[in-house]
Amino acid sequence: MTVATDTAVEVTKSGPSHSVSPPVDTPVVVDALVKRYGDKLVLDGITLHIERAETVVVIGGSGAGKSTLVRHLIGLERPTAGRILVEGIDIASLSDYEMSKLRRKFGMVFQRYALFDSMSVFDNVAFPLREQTKLGERAIRERVMTKLKELRVEHAAARMPSEISGGMSKRVGIARALVMEPEILIYDEPTSGLDPVTSRTVDELIEEMRETFGITSIVITHDMTSAFDIADRVAMLVRGRIAVEGPPEAVLLSEHEDVRQFVIASAVDPTRLEKRSKRKSPGELRAAFAESRKGKEKSTVES
Amino acid sequence: MSDGGDAGGGGGPPTDSRGLARRIFAPAEEAIEELGILVQMAMRTLAWTFRRPFRVKVFVAQLEFVGVQSLFLVGLVGLFTGMVFAIQTVYGFRRFSAENLMGGVVALSLSREMAPVLTAIMVAARAGSGMAAALGNMRATEQIDALETMAVSPIQYLVVPRVLAGVIMVPVLALFFFGVGIGGAYLVGVVWLRLDPGFFFDRIQALMDKSDLVQGLVKSLVFGYAVTLISCRHGFYAKGGAEGVGLATTRAVVWSVVGVFMLDYVITALLTTV
Repeated sequence: MTVATDTAVEVTKSGPSHSVSPPVDTPVVVDALVKRYGDKLVLDGITLHIERAETVVVIGGSGAGKSTLVRHLIGLERPTAGRILVEGIDIASLSDYEMSKLRRKFGMVFQRYALFDSMSVFDNVAFPLREQTKLGERAIRERVMTKLKELRVEHAAARMPSEISGGMSKRVGIARALVMEPEILIYDEPTSGLDPVTSRTVDELIEEMRETFGITSIVITHDMTSAFDIADRVAMLVRGRIAVEGPPEAVLLSEHEDVRQFVIASAVDPTRLEKRSKRKSPGELRAAFAESRKGKEKSTVES
Repeated sequence: MSDGGDAGGGGGPPTDSRGLARRIFAPAEEAIEELGILVQMAMRTLAWTFRRPFRVKVFVAQLEFVGVQSLFLVGLVGLFTGMVFAIQTVYGFRRFSAENLMGGVVALSLSREMAPVLTAIMVAARAGSGMAAALGNMRATEQIDALETMAVSPIQYLVVPRVLAGVIMVPVLALFFFGVGIGGAYLVGVVWLRLDPGFFFDRIQALMDKSDLVQGLVKSLVFGYAVTLISCRHGFYAKGGAEGVGLATTRAVVWSVVGVFMLDYVITALLTTV
């Protein structure tokens, strides 16, 4: 399976996915991933390469294995077979300590926000900084408030998670994921349970993160409108396998029966794709953020 | 992709001997699995107890939750237990004119059995259920996963402070239970039934030994550990949404109470020479 963003790959129902050497700038590689729970096969040989500064949207119906895939990416589950490589490192071979260090590269926005309900919004966002850095309270306050302002929820800093709306909780969840300035951001069903207007706002936010920080994003969703608005590449999961992979147009043109049914049922407006012409490509973003990334890597090595 | 569905090929008749054997041994298999999970959690908890950073703030909050917030309830149960025991002892011992032994008998039974067992049951019902519900809710709302993704060990952050608080506060509460229970027995025996106060305290001193208090404290320490560990286990690995949290809470209380009685027998048998 190739990974060029303008190439659609249709995977036959019976044909297994083959692992291929990833291109150079590919921070996440899923290689022939298999996951079983007892007798139940949930992921059946998933192979997916995610390039830097790219937004890959994994779509699929309920029970297709999307959330299981995402839990593997961040090391919350161990594969039955296959590998997950992050920056070339097989995460299954890592100790707890090494895994926790690697997790700093990731930020995760959970489906149900996963805000700590015993802490205020401010403390939620400050939590990873207090846990993983030696920053003083003043510096933490500054960074947290900056992130809350960027996500336009600074007015809710003192409130408890139970006192804010779903849309605001999602923004706080994103702020908490971003405050450590991760290189890879994973969104698990970012628009589920939200009204259509808030859903589109969240999509805009994901786009903003990509354009502003050059973040590599992996978005798990069953919302086709989201997929059309934010994806550089879409991978559709059907019964634990990738049925189609490529730019959003590829999903529209797919002849795979399950994919066609999904597209028809989602009633997505194909003209949305026309608005995407103004988007910067992952290649352009990579070039734009290459310098700042080098600087960041250098400072990490020095520290 | 389903891989054949249920074993045995769909609602097999009872003639399927393998299926039948599996069903018969299922409870034993589950019990062994459960014990395995509990032992594994105990080992992880032990390992994380001595690793930095120490969660002092969370630990103090749990001391308050397990100890201070249970004080009134434990005191109330202790008072009435002491009062009931006093009436029953006076009633029984009056048959052979030995009612003046009441103070010592009540003190003995409170220190060796009633204080540690009833305190542990009260802590299981109040704090244990609360722990299971809180952790179960955190599991259901992905807060435990979120901790892990932020490179924080959920065992160290959530389980260790709770178990330590149980180990420290249950013996303290049991001592409090004992004191209030003796007070209750004094109220009934001396104030109401007009027994001699000198006899009351003298019999306590005569019948009670240091080893009785030690046995009570050892029991309450072990019960505190068991109740909090079992409660955390059920909350931590809760499955499903609200229903799963409810089930975890019920299981936490039921298995904590069963565990307390089982351990009570083991410790009594080990520490008592008959």
